Amino acid sequence: MEWEVVIGLEIHAQLATRSKIFSAAPTAYGAEPNTQACAVDLGLPGVLPVLNASVVSMAAKFGLATHSTVARRSVFARKNYFYPDLPKGYQISQFELPIVHGGYLDIDMQDGETRRIGITRAHLEEDAGKSLHEDFQDETGIDLNRAGTPLLEIVSEPDMRSAAEAVAYMKKIHALVRYLEICDGNMQEGSFRCDANVSIRPKGQQAFGTRAEIKNINSFRFVERAINYEVERQIEVIEGGGEVVQETRLYDADRDETRSMRSKEEANDYRYFPDPDLLPVELDQAFIDEIEKALPELPDAKRERFVQIYDLPRADATALTGSRELADYFERTVAATGGEGKLCANWVMGELSGVLNKEGRDISESPVSPELLGGMLQRISDGTISGKIAKQVFEAMWSGEGDADTIIEKKGLRQITDSGAIEKIIRDVLEANPKQVEQYRGGQEKLLGFFVGQVMKISQGKANPGEVNKILKQILSG
Amino acid sequence: MLQKSISELAAGLRSGEFSSAELTQSFIDRIQRYDSQLNSVITLTDSAALDAAKAADARLKSGDVTALTGIPFLHKDIFCTDGVRTSCGSRMLDSFVAPYDATVTAKLKQAGAVMLGKTNMDEFAMGSSNETSFYGPVKNPWDQQRVPGGSSGGSAAAVAARLAPLATGTDTGGSIRQPAALCGITGIKPTYGRVSRYGMIAFASSLDQAGPLATSAQDAAIMLQAMAGFDPRDSTSIDQPVDQYAESLDDDLAGLTIGLPKEYFGAGLDTQVGAAVEAAVEAYKKLGAQVRDISLPNTSLAVPAYYVVAPAECSSNLSRMDGVRFGYRCEDPKDLEDLYVRSRGEGFGDEVKRRILVGTYALSAGYYDAYYLKAQQVRRLIRDDFVQAFKEVDIIMGPTSPGTAFRLGERCDDPVTMYLSDIYTIAVNLAGLPGMSIPAGMVDGLPVGLQLIGNYFEEARLLNAAHRYQQVSDWHTRMPAGFE
Repeated sequence: MEWEVVIGLEIHAQLATRSKIFSAAPTAYGAEPNTQACAVDLGLPGVLPVLNASVVSMAAKFGLATHSTVARRSVFARKNYFYPDLPKGYQISQFELPIVHGGYLDIDMQDGETRRIGITRAHLEEDAGKSLHEDFQDETGIDLNRAGTPLLEIVSEPDMRSAAEAVAYMKKIHALVRYLEICDGNMQEGSFRCDANVSIRPKGQQAFGTRAEIKNINSFRFVERAINYEVERQIEVIEGGGEVVQETRLYDADRDETRSMRSKEEANDYRYFPDPDLLPVELDQAFIDEIEKALPELPDAKRERFVQIYDLPRADATALTGSRELADYFERTVAATGGEGKLCANWVMGELSGVLNKEGRDISESPVSPELLGGMLQRISDGTISGKIAKQVFEAMWSGEGDADTIIEKKGLRQITDSGAIEKIIRDVLEANPKQVEQYRGGQEKLLGFFVGQVMKISQGKANPGEVNKILKQILSG
Repeated sequence: MLQKSISELAAGLRSGEFSSAELTQSFIDRIQRYDSQLNSVITLTDSAALDAAKAADARLKSGDVTALTGIPFLHKDIFCTDGVRTSCGSRMLDSFVAPYDATVTAKLKQAGAVMLGKTNMDEFAMGSSNETSFYGPVKNPWDQQRVPGGSSGGSAAAVAARLAPLATGTDTGGSIRQPAALCGITGIKPTYGRVSRYGMIAFASSLDQAGPLATSAQDAAIMLQAMAGFDPRDSTSIDQPVDQYAESLDDDLAGLTIGLPKEYFGAGLDTQVGAAVEAAVEAYKKLGAQVRDISLPNTSLAVPAYYVVAPAECSSNLSRMDGVRFGYRCEDPKDLEDLYVRSRGEGFGDEVKRRILVGTYALSAGYYDAYYLKAQQVRRLIRDDFVQAFKEVDIIMGPTSPGTAFRLGERCDDPVTMYLSDIYTIAVNLAGLPGMSIPAGMVDGLPVGLQLIGNYFEEARLLNAAHRYQQVSDWHTRMPAGFE
């Protein structure tokens, strides 16, 4: 039987506010346990939540950037359940009336196809605290620093048909929230994580199969692996004559498998009801218009512009607009070269990304600024150095030896373009290799490469390759 | 001293006739002498009170004073008070020392009022007789076999016996007005949103509202002035200027239109209580008011709707009492579930558990639409009744409670009869309107309360009407015997 995979994602993006969603306590990561939790976060008797207005603008930005409706009226609701790291015994979330609903996002697949993924809704909620089981014998520690951290939960339609599509969608949302500057996207610190709803059905069947929800996946790689594992598991269950049960599962990255956490029967009745401590959030059109006006250029628009203005292949433009920082770096590099789009794209995506990856650094931490890189690329395009020599210059810039011109001067890397000097080297080479000259003239034209190589070797790579070719051919045919 | 108004006490303090320390000591003495009979105070903070009184005396000398500087008061034990046990009448919070001040607590402190201690109350404000308190029932000073009403029973009994000139209360379904009526004193529940709920331990968030209990409307006006106002820490508090209540107290009532809802004078109302209320209405006519019969057709739905909404909200509000971070925790829990089950099972009393169960049921999947949502729709109908009525009248009047104070234990086994003692007060909370109770007669030696209901933010009008009545009546000056 051929199976079709159906995936929907719930992404939790931590909103980049300074203070919590309902209190003035800071949201900074990594502090000593319980030092960033005030009376409101601790859920002391008598305290009341007050909405941090900046989360509303952030959610509205997201809604506008995903073709969604930003609700003129949305309502906070209480999701009631008991857990030690949930101080109030309920989580303040949004239920019936979320702030954002009914949008979509287009994702580009590697085969060049575009798929449209529906966004059901995005709602605001507070994060819970953390239970610490490792450090205490027979006891559980509770750290409430994270309690009350603002989250935007982004719920997709079950529109994805493979793990690869799920990853592409998640990456696109990740890029988007960082473009919008509403989430730092830091997955290690839990600022961006997802739950995946996975089911399978015989290809061609309309009705959905029973789904399992895989909780709290915090990397792109794990999303792919968790979904693939889960799909295999479900196929095995069904083909073995069993039934998939609706349940919550946990992905164990160490063992690369998903495990059951709780079944539908054990699921809580959350007893949602509108939170009487908070007023409905009412937005007027003018507010929404203001947010829309202030939106930055979004990835899709930026990609189209890169194709148009810099004359880049679509794949290059897609890669370069994958993050706002990368796109900004690229554009600054282009500006420094005076408009060498393709050359800059090659270097940014090639040499620069390569070494950043190797050293595990973010583009914002590159020791070579766009201005330095652009300065060097200008020396390629004006013929001062060759592309090959440029790699040496780039390495020197990377290790902080100054700008390209300084390095070229200091190391004497200037390209030899003087045809007299090049001709002299060529004549020396030909003189030293009479046999090969004879063979070449006898028709073995591929020996041209051998002569070029010898010339470059003697010139230490500085001879202008175009000139070398031209003069070499002249002399050999003479 | 016991019959002096707050203005008179304040004048005495300013003139140096007596100091705040002396005044405070005299009320501490009365609490120590009489409260063993009444059980109205859970925590007496006598030494902190004397310190505060001395500070008030210094402030009085400097001239930087408010109408409450140096005036003692008792504080319902539902308001968080920094460094003082705040029990909410529950074993659950018997060990809870609040690490912060409620906004009301802070405002009274800033005004220079001197807190004598924290008053007894029904557990988590759930009750109409003050019998659900972990600290035992409060006795009605007019007849110690009888209840003072609830949930602000401790505050009402204490003020009635003049153990303090003023006390705070909270009113979710009549909890200021009903005990005020049963104890023969004056109490006002302001418009929802007029007084901050921050730091006031929540029972039913959409209904809870704090207000003063006093011996007169004039005194209540002074205390409400200090309590009221917008608070950015309470999203449901309303950003609207507070009227100067004292300024309009003496306004003429000529032309005032009073509405008498026929539903408040029907079956279930004690005939003598009804007669006392009618006599008070007659007095208003003499003061120049016009009286009109009106109807609030959805009155009978108020109690059922309330007993869905309030338990639903409390079932969620009380979830934080889980034995994890503060308050009561059972001995040696064997696992997490055991910790929850026994801490809550042992920490809460029966009435609180009953309401948590009712509320949990009402919010459950499959029942939400039939109960909670329906109750909210009923609430809208009740509100609309009042909105309609206030197009024709300025104030609605009627009895505060269907009868006078009932006997201790009489209704403990019959929650429905107990709930019906709030039949005239509950609709006001559901609508969010201001309501007031003032003494308007005696039946068999027990006080009768007249309820005044005003339109939104018309506390000043209620206080004015109450004050004018108190100028031509003496019910509010009467004191129970044995507390001289």
